[in-house]
Amino acid sequence: MSEGWVPEIRATDEMSAEERRRLVASMRPEDAEPVPELHEVDVPDELRERIESAMAKYPQIRSASLPALWAVQRHYGWCTPEGIRQAAAVMGVTPGYLESVATFYDLFRTSPVGRHSILVCHNLSCWLRGAEDVVDAFCEAAGVDADEVDHIGGSSEDGEVYLKGFECMGACDIAPMASIDERYYGPLTPADARDAIEQLRSGAEPLPDKALGKRGAAGGPEPEPDPRVKAGES
Amino acid sequence: MAQETRMLFRRIDEPGLASIETYRRLGGYRMLERALKELEPEELLSTLEDSGLRGRGGAGFSMGKKASFLPRGDMDKFLCCNADESEPGAFKDRELMQKNPHQLIEGVVIAAIAAGAGWAFIFIRGEYAEMADILDRAVEEAYEAGYLGENILDTGCRVELVVHRGAGAYICGEETALLDSLEGKRGNPRLKPPFPAIQGLYGGPTLINNVETLSNVPHIVANGADWFKSFGTEQSPGTKVVSVSGRVQRPGNYEIELGIPARDLIYGLAGGPPEGREVKAWFPGGSSAPILTAAELDLPYSFEALADAGSMLGSGSIIVADDTVSIPHLALRTARFYHHESCGKCTPCREGTNWTVKMLERVISGEATPMDLDVISSVQDNIIGNCLCVLGDSMAMPIGSMVAKFRGEFEAAIEAGRAAAPRPLDESPTDARPVPLEATA
Repeated sequence: MSEGWVPEIRATDEMSAEERRRLVASMRPEDAEPVPELHEVDVPDELRERIESAMAKYPQIRSASLPALWAVQRHYGWCTPEGIRQAAAVMGVTPGYLESVATFYDLFRTSPVGRHSILVCHNLSCWLRGAEDVVDAFCEAAGVDADEVDHIGGSSEDGEVYLKGFECMGACDIAPMASIDERYYGPLTPADARDAIEQLRSGAEPLPDKALGKRGAAGGPEPEPDPRVKAGES
Repeated sequence: MAQETRMLFRRIDEPGLASIETYRRLGGYRMLERALKELEPEELLSTLEDSGLRGRGGAGFSMGKKASFLPRGDMDKFLCCNADESEPGAFKDRELMQKNPHQLIEGVVIAAIAAGAGWAFIFIRGEYAEMADILDRAVEEAYEAGYLGENILDTGCRVELVVHRGAGAYICGEETALLDSLEGKRGNPRLKPPFPAIQGLYGGPTLINNVETLSNVPHIVANGADWFKSFGTEQSPGTKVVSVSGRVQRPGNYEIELGIPARDLIYGLAGGPPEGREVKAWFPGGSSAPILTAAELDLPYSFEALADAGSMLGSGSIIVADDTVSIPHLALRTARFYHHESCGKCTPCREGTNWTVKMLERVISGEATPMDLDVISSVQDNIIGNCLCVLGDSMAMPIGSMVAKFRGEFEAAIEAGRAAAPRPLDESPTDARPVPLEATA
């Protein structure tokens, strides 16, 4: 994790009206941080390389904002203010710009989170197949508050697990499902949830039998090809 | 007995299909060669338009027509493949990219040549990290084999392809929000017109198509428009990969000829609801589609028949609720999603989704009166057509239809909620859960 300065992060809706007024009054355009000079910012080589190769892929370098933030998140575990500043310096944009982008997207974390990320689907198809029991089991096993998981996500005390209830991730065929460290698993039972947490904590591969790749065929078995499809084969 | 008709899904489970060797062994990339060496872009465009292929992402607009809107002439044009599949209940593009990425890449390159686009992007949602890795590898293979780059198959034709990963925002599946996100901004929708075909990515003419739409392109180029039209109905030609999920015995992707009865899909292919249960309601096209009832199960599954029934085929994702599911709770779950995903730019959507959730919570907790159901309906009427994009409409349509078709159940829920013990004001209403699947047998 970065040694850099971390500001106090507080939601404005938790402030009193007076505090909010003071905060707004304190924000003056001339105080906004300009584009950081690259030679004044110490960017880790690996991070810089990743961002620069992303910039080279697009006709316009601003398109590299998302890949740059992904690179920051991969490097530091979350989009740290210092990491965002480094990316801004490499890209030649203001840190404020990149921060505005980072806060828009659900998958970018703008505060520290647990090492392994578990996103549990609680949208319609998973909900219809018992997702809430799975979410509960995850919460209990990880020791994270269910209310928190439902909203912004929560991390376990040992810092191993970050847990968040998530909207449809496009795997309703294996509902109820979860994405663990960017890989899909399902269909899950509450017992699977408990196993997964234990496996992650002990450094083992989670739920090897439930990985999406293990699911064999699409839909039903391969039918006899339609004569028209067959005729169309080159 | 219902049967699949596999065109895009033909040999989908062939081991190694994701690699370029296997794809080529099965005849892949020959159409790209043909498109480049034997056909003029105008011929490609007219074949696509004649085929009647309709967009598979949700709107169902003619793909060839959309492509023909792009201005001709020498200028920077772009092609974006929308792989941000985020509609609840949709998972067809995931399987197409995961198992047959080269079919998509071939379609992208042919479409880019037809539209005269030198740059192509596949905007894939950030959650699909596994599929994005597969696509990255496939794109690399295609570059090495000379199907992408500055001089494709030595014809001097140039198409660059970039796989761009999103970062978790439903709204980025909306085409103009997708463009903003691809330009490195927050994904807010833009005002239309100008439409992306005239002024899209970086201000240039841009063609945006869904994964499944583009995966159809090599097949159409291979066999012609008339062959393609021999599948499906007159207004919905071709096959469709349909994602069936929810309370059915065999959830999964099934590729069917458009126009077969929905019952064949839900009961025949997906096995119907658990033993002893019946279908109560179903979304025919993802959670944004107005809900249909058991009485409407015999509708042909086609763009036109579902539109006539007051719903839509959308992305082709069926979510089934059986008779154990409470419709007010289903409505609340649906509304919460759109509330969470509203980008907040337009007031009717931002406020409408928020208040719909609150009112539905009141229905369930017994704090509502039957009059509130009219308020819920009027909120939906005030959202539809009043925003820059259709995210708000996507909530308004299913919620409006649920209240209209299951009003009695909402009224009963209000009564039941009032009869239950009063709950403290600072507590959220309890969320009834669906009956466990194994307990329904």
